[in-house]
Amino acid sequence: MKATQIIKNGLISENPTWVLVLGMCPTLATTTSAVNGMCMGLATAFVLMMSNIVISLLKSVIPDKVRIPAFIVVIATFVTVVQLFMAAYLPDLNESLGLFIPLIVVNCIVLGRAEAFASKNNVWHSLLDGLFMGLGFTWALTLVGMVREMLGSGSIFGYNFIGGNDGMLLFILPPGGFICLGLLMALIAHLRRKAEKA
Amino acid sequence: MAKKAQSTLVNMLLSLTVIAIVAAAVLALVSAVTKEPIAAAEAAKKEAAIKKVLPQFATLEEKTIDGINCNYGYDANNELVGVAVESSSEKGFGGRLGVMVGFDAAGQVYGYEVLQTNETPGLGAKAADWFQKDGKGCIIGKNPGETKLSVKKDGGEVDAISGSTITSRAFCEAVNNAYETFEKGK
Repeated sequence: MKATQIIKNGLISENPTWVLVLGMCPTLATTTSAVNGMCMGLATAFVLMMSNIVISLLKSVIPDKVRIPAFIVVIATFVTVVQLFMAAYLPDLNESLGLFIPLIVVNCIVLGRAEAFASKNNVWHSLLDGLFMGLGFTWALTLVGMVREMLGSGSIFGYNFIGGNDGMLLFILPPGGFICLGLLMALIAHLRRKAEKA
Repeated sequence: MAKKAQSTLVNMLLSLTVIAIVAAAVLALVSAVTKEPIAAAEAAKKEAAIKKVLPQFATLEEKTIDGINCNYGYDANNELVGVAVESSSEKGFGGRLGVMVGFDAAGQVYGYEVLQTNETPGLGAKAADWFQKDGKGCIIGKNPGETKLSVKKDGGEVDAISGSTITSRAFCEAVNNAYETFEKGK
């Protein structure tokens, strides 16, 4: 497999949010603003990349029967590292993402890539896969966050463009998250289909 | 590719133990490195909140009254300028609502800052601005000992946040709790 193929897989053709539809819990919960979505994506990308590297390095010494607990320990370690550093240096962000940082441990993307990719491929390819799957997740979350923030609070990346605080509240609340995600997913599936035909 | 380790009991025990030990070591290291910055970040946040809810002060004195943290602010002549009380109410729409309320020496609300909230974004979460000086339910300058600080529905004098009566009630309760603590500390 070529590096460019891995990059394209992560960003577009096997995008974790739009195509694999993995990790929907943080996708819906943290995308109330573009910044939150982006930061959640980047935190996940970091964990994904690091755990992919380590698991790829360890793949021949981990016996098959205990591979899942071994993967989870590795993943949980990196998540805790991210969380501690965030609490120390980005306390505001840590507060707004709250519980969802520790919950990266159970995000199916991370374990999914460890199982499906890192445990079968070399370190370099696993690193690329982790990084670009993570970035694919990041751009998807940022996009959902942007749309929800635009409709819900009338701002983009915290910059208010309607001169007031009264957006469509629905889009900040969970139902708006579902509606937004569904419509965006349909739109992106449509665009992908079009691109494939052409 | 290197030969894969077999799933024998010894191999399984060995690999999991080693991985767990390494993970624990990494976490212990990171925890030690970040301990100070985390404490500093929390202290800075608290200090910023105190500065927001109290009039200009020169020195601070921390006291605990009935298990509630209070910060007494004094000016350069050692006169009391105000007290910041870390109050809370358990009756918020999303559970605990933590509010730091600042009183001036006479007991009037000088300012407040929402410290901990799980209220609904766009509704209850508006409490951060709603009761401030330019907000619609302004409580600044009122004395909870003289004015009944509860929502109008309950016979008080505070305009509740539209659509968030529960949050507003919890907020009023937190302010009144703070006032009680303030009175006790006199």
